[in-house]
Amino acid sequence: MNLSRRQMLILLPAAAVAWKSVLAGTPEESPNYKMSDHWWGMLIDIPKCIGCGNCVRACQTENNVPDGNFRTWVERYHVTDGNMVSPEVISPDGGKEGFPVAQEDAGKYFFVPKLCNQCADSPCTQVCPVGATFTTPDGVVMVDPKYCLGCAYCVQACPYGCRYIHPEKKVADKCTLCYHRITKGLTTACCEACPTGARQLVDLKNPKDPIHAFLKTHSVQVLKPQMATGAKVYYNDLDGSVR
Amino acid sequence: MSSFKEAGHLFRFAGLFVFAFLVFLVVRHYVVPKSFGQYGHYRGAAIGEMAAHPVKFAGHETCEGCHTDILDVKKNGKHAHVNCEACHGALANHADDPSIKPVLPDTAALCARCHTASAAKPKGFPQVVPAEHSNGLSCETCHNPHSPAMSADSGAGGAK
Repeated sequence: MNLSRRQMLILLPAAAVAWKSVLAGTPEESPNYKMSDHWWGMLIDIPKCIGCGNCVRACQTENNVPDGNFRTWVERYHVTDGNMVSPEVISPDGGKEGFPVAQEDAGKYFFVPKLCNQCADSPCTQVCPVGATFTTPDGVVMVDPKYCLGCAYCVQACPYGCRYIHPEKKVADKCTLCYHRITKGLTTACCEACPTGARQLVDLKNPKDPIHAFLKTHSVQVLKPQMATGAKVYYNDLDGSVR
Repeated sequence: MSSFKEAGHLFRFAGLFVFAFLVFLVVRHYVVPKSFGQYGHYRGAAIGEMAAHPVKFAGHETCEGCHTDILDVKKNGKHAHVNCEACHGALANHADDPSIKPVLPDTAALCARCHTASAAKPKGFPQVVPAEHSNGLSCETCHNPHSPAMSADSGAGGAK
């Protein structure tokens, strides 16, 4: 191979960058995935949720979530007339096996699936003393189980209660937005298993994602916007009584 | 000059600091993972390790690659947008090795999970009281789960 001095000078920095990424150990399983091309979130369409618990069970299967802990769960709200501030909220076993039959009576019912809000400015990552939890360049909040000490600062810091200490591994655990799936072009396990399309994975950096048209035409909110967490789980038609 | 001689112990002390700093650099080099700081104050390789976890739900595109007959039944019915594994469960192991035969879901429990009438469910969602609705017959006596509407071509033929 004959290289001119000019070509050599152009190639040297590129080779240095490439070598650096080799040393760093680049992700192996998803060769065509580029983190800088994505910014992940989720859309939850409240009027479509029927509270079947498919998402909770799918999440536990896909991610080996121990019984009694939840990376995602479903809450049922019952708001009676004139009592917006203290709705009755139930979530038996995270809604995993569905909900008891509700008889027709005063007020309204609706289901609210919850999961990690994949905050862009998340309080949980800021409190970690050892750099074991972080937001990836594609917008997923993750825990590094090899670095986590299990101090549970992040469990306390999450305003949405989305983290828990894994009972066997003794490290913080949480929704990864099925990172092992979305980097392979699949949707998350909860979205795959949702029978009504109430949950949809969204990529805010993909201009073709239907989320952009949806956000323009619907009344969409995030949970606890006053916390300024930059939450990326969008709730369509969210009732004001939801906390 | 004599005052400089007396400062000898300071140089020895400074030398000790330099030595300790070098030891720190060497230890740091071996203790801190290579990828720490690659993207931020964390171990960059953790992202790749997370991405390498095995998949358990194969995804409906995978199912549809082989089960085209079911897709044809499903695509015009009410359940067109219900993914295969929403009812059949996680089946990546079956997709990887078709000799692993999945267990068919029990329709009595499965259908009821979504379609049992409850005031909490959205009003437009089709709901029945199972005991009154079927008179004890199993759901697939009348409905094809892949296309549940009761019409000449999609229902009443039993499960497909």
